[in-house]
Amino acid sequence: MMYATRTRRARPEPFAVRPGIAERLGLPYMDAALGISAVALAAFGAFTLSQATLHDVPGSPHYFVDRQVTYAALGLVGMYLLARVDYSRFRELRVGIYTFLCVSVSLVFVFGVAARGSRRAFELPFFSFQPSEVGKLLLALALAGFVIDGARRGSARQRTVRYLCLGFAPAALVFLQPDLGTALVYGAITLAVMYVGGVRWTHFAVIGAGLVAVVTIVLVVAPAVGTPILKGYQEERLTSFLHPSEDPSDAGYQQNQAGIAIGSGQTTGRGDRATQTRLDFVPERHTDFIFAVIGERYGFMGAAFVLSLYALLFWRALRIVTLSKNSYGTLVAGGIAAMLLFQVFVNVGMNLGIMPITGIPLPLLSYGGSSVLATFLAVGVLQSIHMQARLSQKGRFAW
Amino acid sequence: MYLRSDDRGPQRNTGLALRMAVFGGVGLALFAVLFFRLWFLQVISGDRYLAEANNNRTREFRVSAPRGSIVDRSGEVLVDNRTSLALQVNPRKLPPKEATRRAELGRLADLTHSSLRRVRRLMHEQLTLAPSAPVTLRRDVGHYLVYYLQENQERFPGIEVQRVFVRHYPHGALGAHILGNVGEVTEDQLKERPHHGLEPGDEIGQDGVEDTYDRFLRGRPGVTRIQVDAFGQPTRRGRLVSKPPVPGNDLRLSIDSDVQAAGESALALRGLPGGFVTMNVHSGEILGLGSFPTFDPTDLTPPLTQKQVDLLYRSELAPLQDRAIAGLYPTGSTFKLITAMAALNTGVITTGTPIYDGGSITVGGQPFQNAGGASYGTLSLVRALQVSSDVFFYTLGQDMWNTGALQRWAHLLGIGRPTGLDLPGAATGLLPSQRWRNRLFKRGETDRPWSVGDNIQLATGQGDLQTNPLQMAIAYATVANGGTVVTPHVGMQIDDTAGRVLREFEPRPRRRVHIDPGYRAAILEGLHLAAQEGGGTSYHVFGGFPIPVAGKTGTAQRPPNPDQSWYIVLAPYPNPRIVTAVTIEQGGFGAESAAPAALEILEAYFGKRSSGEAGPNGGSPG
Repeated sequence: MMYATRTRRARPEPFAVRPGIAERLGLPYMDAALGISAVALAAFGAFTLSQATLHDVPGSPHYFVDRQVTYAALGLVGMYLLARVDYSRFRELRVGIYTFLCVSVSLVFVFGVAARGSRRAFELPFFSFQPSEVGKLLLALALAGFVIDGARRGSARQRTVRYLCLGFAPAALVFLQPDLGTALVYGAITLAVMYVGGVRWTHFAVIGAGLVAVVTIVLVVAPAVGTPILKGYQEERLTSFLHPSEDPSDAGYQQNQAGIAIGSGQTTGRGDRATQTRLDFVPERHTDFIFAVIGERYGFMGAAFVLSLYALLFWRALRIVTLSKNSYGTLVAGGIAAMLLFQVFVNVGMNLGIMPITGIPLPLLSYGGSSVLATFLAVGVLQSIHMQARLSQKGRFAW
Repeated sequence: MYLRSDDRGPQRNTGLALRMAVFGGVGLALFAVLFFRLWFLQVISGDRYLAEANNNRTREFRVSAPRGSIVDRSGEVLVDNRTSLALQVNPRKLPPKEATRRAELGRLADLTHSSLRRVRRLMHEQLTLAPSAPVTLRRDVGHYLVYYLQENQERFPGIEVQRVFVRHYPHGALGAHILGNVGEVTEDQLKERPHHGLEPGDEIGQDGVEDTYDRFLRGRPGVTRIQVDAFGQPTRRGRLVSKPPVPGNDLRLSIDSDVQAAGESALALRGLPGGFVTMNVHSGEILGLGSFPTFDPTDLTPPLTQKQVDLLYRSELAPLQDRAIAGLYPTGSTFKLITAMAALNTGVITTGTPIYDGGSITVGGQPFQNAGGASYGTLSLVRALQVSSDVFFYTLGQDMWNTGALQRWAHLLGIGRPTGLDLPGAATGLLPSQRWRNRLFKRGETDRPWSVGDNIQLATGQGDLQTNPLQMAIAYATVANGGTVVTPHVGMQIDDTAGRVLREFEPRPRRRVHIDPGYRAAILEGLHLAAQEGGGTSYHVFGGFPIPVAGKTGTAQRPPNPDQSWYIVLAPYPNPRIVTAVTIEQGGFGAESAAPAALEILEAYFGKRSSGEAGPNGGSPG
């Protein structure tokens, strides 16, 4: 905290006669680097989409870009509004948030539209909304509240089990949609909130052992016994990075092609001469495999630039964890930081061929309204935590 | 109530700091992994991936090059190409499921007015011959069918219509043994040096001059590289590089198609297995070379039916065998020319040495008789050749039985040794000698050592001798041209597609033999009298032929089969240009079938050059 104080620029005195426009917008209290990196990533993503999807929808070359930019703009507004709200209120609303989360991800089973064999989204007039995406943020907000609230109730073991159950319920619902990737993100958020919330190391050791056992059962034992838990394509995607394949309809082949795309970008990229991502060798190039497009088109320079922006984002999130004025903010920021790290690592790792295909979008870059919106809102909550910390140091509240 | 930072105990705070340090450390490590992996993929092994990406998006299509055509010495086309639309089934691209595969082949059978059973049988037959190669169901399919298949491509995966070059033979079976055939390169051939750069499915010459001159005839296939997307579909403006195919060069043969046709029809007329060769005695250029029974080279282009395979490869008549160069026969009296050369040169006789022919001689208790029990009295070489006195040559064989002179001269003149002919499949033959038989005897493979009788047999071309019309023609040519053992050849020159001569083939003579002009004159005179003077062995065949010739009959005994008929003729006498050797298995006396066949060949040769002088029948008495 001392560190942060030192680097801060001189701020206008509180209760100055007429605060400037920036002061009134609250901008000086926000984390500029966090905001800039998020906007830069979204902009880079939109730019990549504009170049890579020019011929994807016949007759409308900017189909994907237009939509993505709209979502990003909406997300930006949402981010600002959330930043001006004192996040601490969400702690009081934790039960409501949690209930809303569970109900909304359940409702897709009833009202959702099916796409590729899974129901994940509601069809809204302008776009299909995927509640599980915003659910990530809701989970972090609610779970952090529960952790703070129940910090003194029950034994340490009971608390750990309670947190796990609270996190497991929405994750299971999402898994049943089925959306394995998002369910895993929920798991990562839950664990991160517990971790920051002070759950004992020994408990984590037990949880870790349990996870290993579950993975073994799901991937090895259950199929062997004949009662597979994962759907065939899910299991194939999860294990495909271990065995690349020549079959174009195979998940391993797709991942292999993504690797070739990225590698062929070399240092400076192939620009419009990119063939792997342009000629459909890489599937889902506007969503899950957009990093491969960046790697091929813009080379190591572009891809490393994007990774650096993510590193910056993660660092700022981590910094906000330590900066928070209260434990609730710490836990929420921890959950969001973990969410970002997990998504970036799994998605980019999948593009680079070192992680399984799980269908996790790359935050802010992958095409998809819900994901972009949810990520901006999460950044908004981070901004709010940052702002409250700054304001409390000033001895003042936003409103 | 908010938990303020001051709510936390100091212990909790340090715990959080530790946890955040670990959290940050994990994040740092994960980002480091991503950066390293990215750097490895793009900077370290980017070249490899770029190559892979390029390989990914391009497909190479080979464009086959038309083979050069083959023409005879006057430019008459013997083989050229025609394009054909062939309906092929690529077994590797057929649907893997048995039921869908069945349904597809059924639809295809309906379209081609065939039955599923026939399609299956064809596929089975061809796949056993050439596994996993595309199976040609039908050649020369109509355009309507091609259009239909192209419009309904998705219903017929694995069915392809290929525009292929097919060898076309304007003269049908003419010169089939010389021309040979083309066929897909085999797996073993791909490993051989001259076939580097070929790919499975490419066609090369498999026999005849198609094989010998393959490297001239075969063009270089072109390559079209096309950019494709992930589904293998060509992209718009996707043609990257295109290397046009280079057509093969044309081969001009020394064959005279009139002579060739006359020879083949002469053999076919007799209806007995046999062979003939007509060769220029000075250059070794072969004007005609054939064998009966023959075959139609179009039959050798796939798809072959089992019936065709049986007929071509399993028949006892062995139509694929070229009897003119691969036959292994005794020669009968045609060998006497060689015996005479040996005897004259080793001083056993002079051209005037008289020998008494009493109809038979007895050597070692075994009587050797003249054919037909004739007795010619005292005669010298010229007369002995004219009447083909066996006793005269028995005597020479007896005199040379252990000197090896007869074998040395036969060897010099090319009997039982490779000829250097530019056609595959020629036989070397066997020249029986003292050493040969004695070695066999030592090994217990024969019942007796070399004896006088063996040499007497050889002196008249009987017994163990195994040779063929080509080797005999070379021996006669050597005597006729004064001692040059020519290299027989059918390839004369290579022309490019524009008609420019790229290369001429004038193979150097195998060797030279010193031949005394006096001996040559005597021998040719004897042969001339035999053919065209009363009392000569083939006088009733050649007596009325307007061109002076020198010819020798031969009747080879091949028990238990009937005698084999031989005739070798040099023309025109006394300075021959060509030699023609004919043999007809089971054709009886030389003058009975081989000599008339030879006459027909000479009529074709000379008839063309002086049609006024000799009519189509040339005054032949039959």
